[in-house]
Amino acid sequence: MRRSVAAVVLALGVALLVAVPLLARALDQPFYVTLFGRIMIWAIAALSLNLILGYGGMVSFGHAAYLGVGVYTVGILSAHGIENGYVQWPLAIAASALVALGVGAVSLRTSGVYFIMITLAFAQMLYFLGVSLKAYGGDDGMTLAARSQFGHWLDLENSVVFYYLVLAVLLAFHALAARVVNARFGLVVQGVRVNERRMRAIGFPTFRYKLAAFVIAGAMCGVAGVLLVNFTKYVSPAFMHWTRSGEIMVMVILGGMGRRLGPALGAAVFLLLEEVLSGYTEHWALFLGPVLIVIVLFARRGLAGIFEPARSSPAPEA
Amino acid sequence: MTLLVAEHLRKQFGGVIATDDVGLTVDDGEIHAVIGPNGAGKTTLIAQLAGELEPDAGRISFGGTDVTRRPVHERSQLGLARSFQITSIFRDFTVLDNAALAVQAHRGSSFHFWRNARRDPQLREPAREALAAVGLGGRADAVAGELAHGEQRQLEIAMALATRPKLLLLDEPMAGMGREDGERMVGLLRGLKAGHGVLLVEHDMDAVFALADRITVLVYGRVIASGSPHAIRNDPRVIEAYLGDTEAAPA
Repeated sequence: MRRSVAAVVLALGVALLVAVPLLARALDQPFYVTLFGRIMIWAIAALSLNLILGYGGMVSFGHAAYLGVGVYTVGILSAHGIENGYVQWPLAIAASALVALGVGAVSLRTSGVYFIMITLAFAQMLYFLGVSLKAYGGDDGMTLAARSQFGHWLDLENSVVFYYLVLAVLLAFHALAARVVNARFGLVVQGVRVNERRMRAIGFPTFRYKLAAFVIAGAMCGVAGVLLVNFTKYVSPAFMHWTRSGEIMVMVILGGMGRRLGPALGAAVFLLLEEVLSGYTEHWALFLGPVLIVIVLFARRGLAGIFEPARSSPAPEA
Repeated sequence: MTLLVAEHLRKQFGGVIATDDVGLTVDDGEIHAVIGPNGAGKTTLIAQLAGELEPDAGRISFGGTDVTRRPVHERSQLGLARSFQITSIFRDFTVLDNAALAVQAHRGSSFHFWRNARRDPQLREPAREALAAVGLGGRADAVAGELAHGEQRQLEIAMALATRPKLLLLDEPMAGMGREDGERMVGLLRGLKAGHGVLLVEHDMDAVFALADRITVLVYGRVIASGSPHAIRNDPRVIEAYLGDTEAAPA
């Protein structure tokens, strides 16, 4: 029953996202394309964090770092005149994965509060590295001349084309994550969350699976960074600030940790609330806080938990 | 055939010597019980044999391989399985998922990202067999955390069995069990002798004397006696240190 409700919510959500550019044109409100494009990019970042935080129980408090690596790789290449997307994107994703590999290899040797603090510390190091890069705008950031070039068949300068590319990436990652969590790898990652000691006792070398999950999440978040820098045409260390990491985490918790639709719902509600409240007052964050507290208090399993089945419910067997 | 050999094991925590020059062996097809009063170092011994604790001195070999410095998961891969005194299952997974995860650890790499592992008969069938072997065949789809205590203890054993071990380290499998569950567990453990060596740590003396082929008695980290159940029951040192005041040994 709940499974089918979740399917309906997913179908409605996809239909809405597909329709946004058409509605925006019909209502003459091009702003909606921008708003929902931004929501989807943050949903991708939240989706990547959900893999390790929601499913793997790894409370990474520096996830914006990988977003930032994606942003800066594209930005730096672009500043040197390399605007070819076929060069920029793979390099940016590889750079994010590599940074996640380094951070994960060190931080995953710790757990609990230490893990939270170390991932936060690494992210802040990258933030200050960004601030110190005067050649690429330093604290002020730097504007990009153009979005990534993919040739005539894919013109990212066209905001509707870019919107649908973001939607395609989000749907692809959503589908990929849904497969991964039920595949062997995903079950190992979830087993580690529930009882890592037992996982070792039954024969799993848990560290390498945790590290692999961490790197995959980092690379996926790098993709979100690549999309974000193309979206804003702007590079700034602010994308890596710890408050950004916190926001991604809030989206995951709000939407529901370890739930498929959690990240997208969390990102949507968070950013829409921000949008609406900031229309009334510049102190919108003051009102966003209580709203978040109420939602988390009354929907402990997150917004997706209201209609999605429990994360380890018995799957029907073929 | 001797599966497990521990020699001169020593483990110290600050001023407390939890394991003091302990040696023992476990053969294939035998149940070797380790008994002793609370604080005798039984669980510390199991932790060293399983690989969670590294001994300060001594040597552990399993199937002819020196495993003294090998991590837990490698020992598991060699065929050394353990169950936990405090039930250690995946509480929000189904019973079948619990056993299947143990199977999965021993069926190739888990770096598979696409195929649904919950529909893989190579994992599900052996897991069902392990559940059936402990009498949980009918509870496969229940959520593990919602099982009765006795059933959770059975699942502990099933998860160890699902790794296809040569040797089982069972840490108080009957902990907290009522009479009926306990009797069922004794029957289950007796059945495990065929095809496995078993090192059994247990407080229930009825069960120990009913099951064990050999018994080693630990007191304050030291082996004070080791031998057949008959010899142990009549050993004056054992009676003085442990059995005498409990009157637990059956006549």
